[in-house]
Amino acid sequence: MNILVVLEDNNGAIHRMSLEAIVAAQKISSKLKSEITVLAMGRNAEALALEASKYELNEILKINSSSLYSYSSDGYATAIEQIILEQDFKYVFFGHTYQVRDYVPKISAKLMRPFLADNIKMSISSGSIEFTKQTFNAKLLADIQTSDSGLYLVSFQSASFSSDNLKPGYSKIKKIDITIDETQIKNTYDEPFQESAGGVDLTSADIIVSVGRGIGEADNISIAKDLALALGGQLSSSRPVVDAGWLSPDHQVGSSGQSVSPKLYLALGISGAIQHVVGMKGSKNIVAINKDPEAPIFEIANYGIVGDIFEIVPKLIESLK
Amino acid sequence: MMKIAVLIKQVPGSESPLSIADSNVWLDEEKVAYIMNESDNYALEEALLLKEGTQDCEVVVVSLGPERVKKIIREGLAKGADRGMHLNINSNDVTDPLSIAKIFADALKSENFDLILSGLQSDDLGHGQTGIIIGELLKMSTGSLAVSTKLDGDQIAIKQEMEAGFFQNVRMSLPASITIQSGLNTPRYPSLKGIMGAKKKEIKTLDIDSSDQKLKISKLYLPSSSNEITMIDGSPDQIVENLVKVFKSEIKI
Repeated sequence: MNILVVLEDNNGAIHRMSLEAIVAAQKISSKLKSEITVLAMGRNAEALALEASKYELNEILKINSSSLYSYSSDGYATAIEQIILEQDFKYVFFGHTYQVRDYVPKISAKLMRPFLADNIKMSISSGSIEFTKQTFNAKLLADIQTSDSGLYLVSFQSASFSSDNLKPGYSKIKKIDITIDETQIKNTYDEPFQESAGGVDLTSADIIVSVGRGIGEADNISIAKDLALALGGQLSSSRPVVDAGWLSPDHQVGSSGQSVSPKLYLALGISGAIQHVVGMKGSKNIVAINKDPEAPIFEIANYGIVGDIFEIVPKLIESLK
Repeated sequence: MMKIAVLIKQVPGSESPLSIADSNVWLDEEKVAYIMNESDNYALEEALLLKEGTQDCEVVVVSLGPERVKKIIREGLAKGADRGMHLNINSNDVTDPLSIAKIFADALKSENFDLILSGLQSDDLGHGQTGIIIGELLKMSTGSLAVSTKLDGDQIAIKQEMEAGFFQNVRMSLPASITIQSGLNTPRYPSLKGIMGAKKKEIKTLDIDSSDQKLKISKLYLPSSSNEITMIDGSPDQIVENLVKVFKSEIKI
């Protein structure tokens, strides 16, 4: 039951969600003695492979191919297909990133093997592994059987596993050469860009104060800003606040914004819709203040306050001074 | 002529009751209030806008499912699609995106569509891959999470949403299959004239046999709330005092 984990490049470092996928593979390995291979490719393959060598793995494959220096869904799908066809893997694991959503379905079509996407849990037994995903806008869970003997492509939702649980080790890097037929790359890609200049990097913040629809109007954002300042943290928001134009898009946390895991995530007037929660549920401590005692945010918060943010936040700022 | 297919799925509405059937693997459909999947509705609007900006363009709405899905096909026709295709399948248990994509690819192949649009994911199972697999099976270009589209001769340019607030412009040759992000346009409501006119439009039905599946739901259930939350209550002053204590001694900031 050998497992391949595909590493995604996040500006020269392994994407956090790829590290979480390694944790999932290590969990299976410790029970079933599976071998884990990880795959580094792209412009920063060298750096990713070196970073991976610090973890307990069986092998690190590093692809050198200039055709993969910049991302293309066809190039990536073709490269991974070649690696899969050469070796005998039962599972190929990915973090459920935007890039993975773009190219992994193509591998599924090429190999005619299923892609089980966006899982949050797995249960390991000797015969097969059962994966669990959220369905119907996270209102229900579904266990999915993977019963036949062939290969499965599997991705995991952000923060389904914690990268704190990575097992350290020393792993060897093997260089491999593959040939990509560049005429098969159908798309041309421009450089990624952000809508607003400056850019708030929330991913490295220790303390985040985040506002939701409950903040009411643009003028009220200032109290959240003051609280972030008093705590020495960053200000962020859920999507409705950005859609309303009260904060720029680079403040957004959630599936179409940034994924964060600070020591403290203080949610002000955030209801806790699934699209927001996937971006912040990996926070070490979540404190939620909301008027509505039924708000779903209280299902994932560690500390909850049912109350009016306009009453509590000014007093909190005062007492922190 | 430019031919655009829009793949639409009928899913439970966000307010619909979701009671689990005795089989424990699907919903009790009798109680479900169905709607057109949200992002598919945006994909349909995007196709209708492209049609309005293109001479000689046909928009075809395609849906897989039992008889009930004809409702959203008619809704698509009422909004302005030219004709419909109903991939009629009796069983509700084809939930494997690869099998579903294969059914679509087989049914759409002979139509030679220039463009296939679909929502980025369904609000029921949310596998988020069917449109891309169909494109790959039909050897088309593919693009995902489009927040804008622009036809340019035999090419299409999309603005693709990426992580962390980034976007990327991607250009590809037609034929292409592209998945659409919600919110990129304002879906129209059908006009009375549109509703009347839809009755005369063709819906072609293709009967589909259940295919073999490599993924199956073994159990559908309510999440159990295992979250342990500490509620801080009292007067605003007491709340603030206790919260600061939590910050200092528990969270240690």
